[in-house]
Amino acid sequence: MSALWFLWGVARTPRGAVSAVVLVLVIVCALFAPWLAPYEYAIQNLPGANTPPNATHWMGTDEFGRDLMSRIIHGARTSLSVAITAIGISVVAGMTLGAMAGYFGGIFDRVVTAVVDLTWSFPEILIALLLIAIIGTGTESIMIAIAIAYLAQFTRLTRAQVMALRSETYIEATVNLGAGHAHVIFRHLLPNAITPVIVAGMLATGDAIILEATLGFFGLGAQPPTPSWGAMMSSGTAQIFIAPWIILFPGAAIALTVIAINLFGDALIDALDIRNRLREV
Amino acid sequence: MLLFTVKRLLLLIPVFLAISVVIFMLVHLVPGDPIDSILRVGATPSERAALVARYGLDQPILTQYVTWFGKMVQGDLGDAIILRRPVADLIAMNLPHSLALGSLALLFSTVVGITAGALAAIFRDTWFDRGVMTLILLGSTVPSFWLGLLMIMLFAVTLGWFPVSGARTASALVLPVLTIGLGGVALVARVTRVAMMDIARRDFVMMLHAKGVSRWRIELGSVLRHAMMPVVTILSLRIGWILGGAVAVEFVFARPGLGSLLITSLNQRDYPVVQGCLLMLAIAVMLGTLLGDILQAMMDPRIREGMK
Repeated sequence: MSALWFLWGVARTPRGAVSAVVLVLVIVCALFAPWLAPYEYAIQNLPGANTPPNATHWMGTDEFGRDLMSRIIHGARTSLSVAITAIGISVVAGMTLGAMAGYFGGIFDRVVTAVVDLTWSFPEILIALLLIAIIGTGTESIMIAIAIAYLAQFTRLTRAQVMALRSETYIEATVNLGAGHAHVIFRHLLPNAITPVIVAGMLATGDAIILEATLGFFGLGAQPPTPSWGAMMSSGTAQIFIAPWIILFPGAAIALTVIAINLFGDALIDALDIRNRLREV
Repeated sequence: MLLFTVKRLLLLIPVFLAISVVIFMLVHLVPGDPIDSILRVGATPSERAALVARYGLDQPILTQYVTWFGKMVQGDLGDAIILRRPVADLIAMNLPHSLALGSLALLFSTVVGITAGALAAIFRDTWFDRGVMTLILLGSTVPSFWLGLLMIMLFAVTLGWFPVSGARTASALVLPVLTIGLGGVALVARVTRVAMMDIARRDFVMMLHAKGVSRWRIELGSVLRHAMMPVVTILSLRIGWILGGAVAVEFVFARPGLGSLLITSLNQRDYPVVQGCLLMLAIAVMLGTLLGDILQAMMDPRIREGMK
């Protein structure tokens, strides 16, 4: 309850308010797409192909005469579900690995740190492409690829938080009172380490939306006729001379969503006063 | 300094080995038998066995790796399945284009990023600063391939200043460099700005002001100089990130290059080419990071001493 109250407080700052409105709009689109979209996203109407934006089709139609606005509303579903699921998996796995590495230390820590450092200098897109080469294309594949591509970031961040907390007096006291490892990690370390990781996860969701769109643009993600913002632009490149709106609107949807996520995340960082803890890594 | 470089190079060997193992395993981790994808339809079992033997797939996996690694070090990366040419030739054809694009984009990001960030810090809280901050926000949030498409629409289709795609003329480099550059500029400008504002608060800067040194001399001669350390650190950490941006942008502008080659072969499941491209890109990232580290050590003696 207090977390909700806190978010409400952030949403009342100027930056927070603008970004919160955009985010709520995108989330509502994703949740209620079938009811909000004016047309079916897969219905083709070849005589009405490449129609510019007008009163009946606010964002125009694509090369198959499908209503672009309906496809963008449904596309929010694909983009958000892939990005949020991927980052969710990545945060949970990264926190577990990072907490164990930071808490137990030793060989396990050294192996985890070595792998994390190895992947750290490589751009996420290269790691994702490598993984897609192994597990194949499609929505689930890019979800897994994105999750693994961001794993290093959350592992590193959690490990740094846990290392900083481990020598605190209250942790030592808990251990001396005879608490088990699981109790110390889950009841004391993680709750205190979680805030920066959640905020970093939120910011990474924005990057993940871009990565999903990029992979979709390459033709490696959702297969037609499933609408995804990246794939829509990919088929739109052939129409760039005659129907530029096919590229303009999905790209604007991505840009707006990601800018809103970044602004809200930034407002959150300021409100929580955790800029220094995020910079530790 | 030489000692530092040598030690840093030696550290890359285990990293390179680890990467080579992952890239080698790629073909073996792919679901299904790799032979099936190159075997023609209706082939007899003996033809199949011949192919298996030709690619050495009947050998133990470690032997296969050692053979592959030995050939790879000599520049033999196998043959492309779809394109039917040695992978090394394909890479040799595409690498110069990627190198030109990557290095120009890196140069552009560094020069423009440092200039914009420094001016924003000097003129903090003015319209110029706010303009740079907006550019930073856009540069780090707008997907690079969309930016590329927008540039094509505006500068190539509507205004006709630059070619839409390809790499036949030098002017075809302008839009791709700008596209990758904006993301890089955003990153460099943000770090420069924050670092300069941080250093401007230090005591020695206040001392210089008190001594009556002119403002520009302090900002450029002292503050900017000290702010270069974190900028170089971030650049060396994120150099691969800027180079990675080239992958998407090459594809958008239909330019030859390692990125487009990688995407095309991924879609065609041409695994030897995928392996070759990933290997080259990994080496590029490693060397880029190494360059950043050396630059950092040249600027900061503490890092050189720390390695001893």
